[in-house]
Amino acid sequence: MLTAAATLALIAAVVGGLLWLADRRVPQRSADPVHRIEALLPRIQCGQCGFAGCLAYAKAIADGGAAINLCPPGGQETVDQLAILLGRERLALDEHRGSASLAQIALIDEAVCIGCNLCLRACPVDAIIGAPQFMHTVIADECTGCELCLAPCPVDCISMRPRLSEANA
Amino acid sequence: MKEVRQVQVDRRLARGLRLNAHKTMSTTAPIDTSLRPKRLIVGVKQQLGAPGEILVATGDRVRAGQKTVAAGEPPSAAMHAPLDGTVSAIEDRALPTGLGKAIVIEVDAVPGETVSSPPGYLDVTLLREAGIVGLGGAVFPTGDKVTYADHCPTLLINGAECEPYISCDDMLIRERAASIARGSVCLMELCDAHECIIAIESDKPEAFWAMTGALHELDDNRLSLAEVPTVYPAGGERQLIQVLTGLEVPVGSYPPELGYLCQNVATAAAVDDLVRTGVPLTHRVVTVTGEGVAQPRNVWAPIGTPIADLIAHCGGYTGDVARLIMGGSMMGLALPSDTIAITKATNCIVVETAEEIRGDFSERPCIRCGDCAYVCPATLLPQELYRHTVSHNWEQLEALHLNECIECGCCDVVCPSHILLTEHFRVAKRGARVHAEEVRRAERAADRFSEHERRLEAQLVAQRAQHETLKATARNPLDRAAALEAAKQRAAAKRGAPSES
Amino acid sequence: MEFRVTPAPHREPRTSITKTMRRVLLALIPAAIAYVAFFGWGLVINIVIGGCVALAAEAACLRLRRYPVGIHLRDGSALVTTVLLAFAMPPLAPWWLMTIGVLIAIVLAKQVYGGLGLNPFNPAMVAYVALLVSFPLQMTTWLPPMIGDLDYPHLGFLATLEYSLFGRLPPGLTLDAITGATPLDMLKTGLGGMQTIAEIRVSPLFGDFGGRGWEWINSFIGLGGLYLLYAGVIRWQIPTAMLGTLFGVATLMYVIDPSRFPSPVFHLFTGAAILGAFFIATDPVSGATTDRGRLIFGAGVGLLTYVIRTWGGYPDGVSFAVLLMNLCVPLIDRFTHPRVYGTKL
Ligand code: SF4
Ligand code: SF4
Repeated sequence: MLTAAATLALIAAVVGGLLWLADRRVPQRSADPVHRIEALLPRIQCGQCGFAGCLAYAKAIADGGAAINLCPPGGQETVDQLAILLGRERLALDEHRGSASLAQIALIDEAVCIGCNLCLRACPVDAIIGAPQFMHTVIADECTGCELCLAPCPVDCISMRPRLSEANA
Repeated sequence: MKEVRQVQVDRRLARGLRLNAHKTMSTTAPIDTSLRPKRLIVGVKQQLGAPGEILVATGDRVRAGQKTVAAGEPPSAAMHAPLDGTVSAIEDRALPTGLGKAIVIEVDAVPGETVSSPPGYLDVTLLREAGIVGLGGAVFPTGDKVTYADHCPTLLINGAECEPYISCDDMLIRERAASIARGSVCLMELCDAHECIIAIESDKPEAFWAMTGALHELDDNRLSLAEVPTVYPAGGERQLIQVLTGLEVPVGSYPPELGYLCQNVATAAAVDDLVRTGVPLTHRVVTVTGEGVAQPRNVWAPIGTPIADLIAHCGGYTGDVARLIMGGSMMGLALPSDTIAITKATNCIVVETAEEIRGDFSERPCIRCGDCAYVCPATLLPQELYRHTVSHNWEQLEALHLNECIECGCCDVVCPSHILLTEHFRVAKRGARVHAEEVRRAERAADRFSEHERRLEAQLVAQRAQHETLKATARNPLDRAAALEAAKQRAAAKRGAPSES
Repeated sequence: MEFRVTPAPHREPRTSITKTMRRVLLALIPAAIAYVAFFGWGLVINIVIGGCVALAAEAACLRLRRYPVGIHLRDGSALVTTVLLAFAMPPLAPWWLMTIGVLIAIVLAKQVYGGLGLNPFNPAMVAYVALLVSFPLQMTTWLPPMIGDLDYPHLGFLATLEYSLFGRLPPGLTLDAITGATPLDMLKTGLGGMQTIAEIRVSPLFGDFGGRGWEWINSFIGLGGLYLLYAGVIRWQIPTAMLGTLFGVATLMYVIDPSRFPSPVFHLFTGAAILGAFFIATDPVSGATTDRGRLIFGAGVGLLTYVIRTWGGYPDGVSFAVLLMNLCVPLIDRFTHPRVYGTKL
């Protein structure tokens, strides 16, 4: 009886010690589901999923309230990864939500811009600089290609161009 | 006369391979200096770092040694016309590294007079202007390398040519040991080094003796010789330092951090040429070898010589040629066509026949035998890297130090499953870079978005506050009437003031 | 002129899985001859039956998984598994025993996990253990070695084949008359019955330093193992760590009480210790893959083997030890990464 108890205690101690060691040596992943979902999203903040930004969408997914196939810039790859992470059914990407993509950037035709300031407010990452009545321009490195500035422009002077990425330049 | 100092090397490369060297086939004949191609295709960017402005135009006549491309922002080096001729085009051409701008020179039938004008001094600007770059294959501009390594105590002259087939450094040492020694002294003085070690692999006894003789003659006790064991890849900069000193160059830093500046033997010879005759870097020794070449040998070739001309000069093709490799057989680049011209980085051209090529390209599953880890000179675990490469596990790849892979190919050669490990790693490195960039962007966008939200929120709060004050002022009609009254009075006062005076 | 563009390195690979497997089989030939000499033709019959079943099962699985059958079948791994299993099986076994074993090894332990390279457990040992647990009677009917002074009737090739295929023994013979316990069995039962080692070892089954016959077979297996080491098929870490640990622990216990614990040499040369050290624990797929990991893995197998042999319910523990250590491999590998050039640990 006593030996049995002692043996069990010993095993528990050894295994516990090993677990503790493993815990210290293996880098921790965030356990917060919202955080892990957000990390899988492209985070370009286009809002094409219908939520106000990627974090909001991540929260909605975590709550179970949103489908996982609403992110056009993430593409099918993101849908698949979300399906794996959450153990949900692998859906096909909802193609009709838009075409935002990190592979493009917005370009303001500076000859046409009337300085109305509307795009500046629409940009989720403050990548447009300008002031009322002055020409506006896009900071190429900050632009995420979310297309949110296209609609507000009254003179339609913003267009999307492919991004020349430094990685494949 | 004093004895030539020898550095004792008793250390070994931790891993690495003993390879069948295939070197003797190209070392029987002396370096052939008679090549004079009809046309040169000189790539504009041949060094690490951006080139500067192109100084010639189509139709211009150029003299041998004339500068054609200026040095750009450092690190960079200039380019020169190797031979007299006429520029017939400046256009995009297929270069070993892909499509790029090149200056095409139609070479004159008769060489013009060459005048030598020793510069009488040597500094880093001169190195840059003379287009001198590392000739071991990395083509890092020598001037800039010396600048970065200022006050480096030890200069390491690398004559450990460990890749199979290549013998250009071996032959250069055999024939121009004195020149290399003098060039080394110049480089030493340039970077304030007080010691210089010339490292030569143990499978090159002739070169070793030639160098011993040259050092004897030079009689400078700062220079010493080291015989390094013949193990691939002992000639890699970091591996050479490990063999010589037992030290490892820390990740993310360069050999000067440990007090070593590495230069190739051919670079030292080029420096000597520059100092003694003023000739910039326009030629280099290229090994033309392999079963598919009739007369393998080393050729003193003008930079920009099309490979077809080089091979024709060496007796042309023989047998069933199937593959053309620029560089050695471990790290070299297979080229699609022989119309491509050589660059400053081209140390060797190997022509292989169909029998030599591995026919079976089907990869089998990794059986985790660990043979790859057993030979990896960077002490990586290629089997684990491979596993995570396949699954695009960038996190783990980083934890396993994918970026420290020197792409030497050792793991590939020993893998019983014939997995193209090195190629997988090259692709994965690019993938990891792209992924890191994506993550950086995503995080930045998320941060900026929350900043943006906060700003809008603050704006809203401010607006509301302003609104509140307005409303507060507007609520009391008496106040309002009083304010109106006050304003009227102020206006009247302004209007009335001048008439009163 | 156009040329073929291939990624560097442009060199013939030095070896292949097929070559490796061929070497393993080659290394077992002397031991197989000794085995046949001491225990009759059963081994050969088992290998032939098992080999056919293994190849057929492997081909069928590859076919189902839509893999190129020819290429993968030619790697020889199925044959190696079969031969190792046959070495572990009793020489006089009915055909269906080997068939079931091979099917478990190839289909359940290997192909179901994704085929060669992906099986977490050593297929031969999974099969052996499954058989041992399911068919304890058949798996422990061993033959005594054919040595002059041991007075047992022996079966010839045809008689063995007949038994294997139809379960018939030559007239006048019963199974009991021709079979006996293995030395390790005998030790276990003897010690259980409170006999001392010295008393048990009087039995003619025990030789100079191991079991009779077994000591020679094991020596030849060891010879094959040395050849594998020399040929670079296996590395020294696992065999050294496993045999070293087994020897060390056995010595310790032997010094404490020689009457209850057999000598270390006996431990090494009896049962499957040497086969395990050179041929089974060194299976690269299911074993640890880093150098330090292999030392730990080998030591673990050695220790567990001793523990199971001495205090466990089975006479030999190599198979269980290997499987248990297979279980730890991912953890071991994770914590034994070597220091990469230029990095700090
Ligand atoms: S050599 Fe090939 S089969 Fe062996 S562990 Fe490395 S990658 Fe896997
Ligand atoms: S190619 Fe990379 S992983 Fe392979 S042996 Fe060389 S350094 Fe190691």
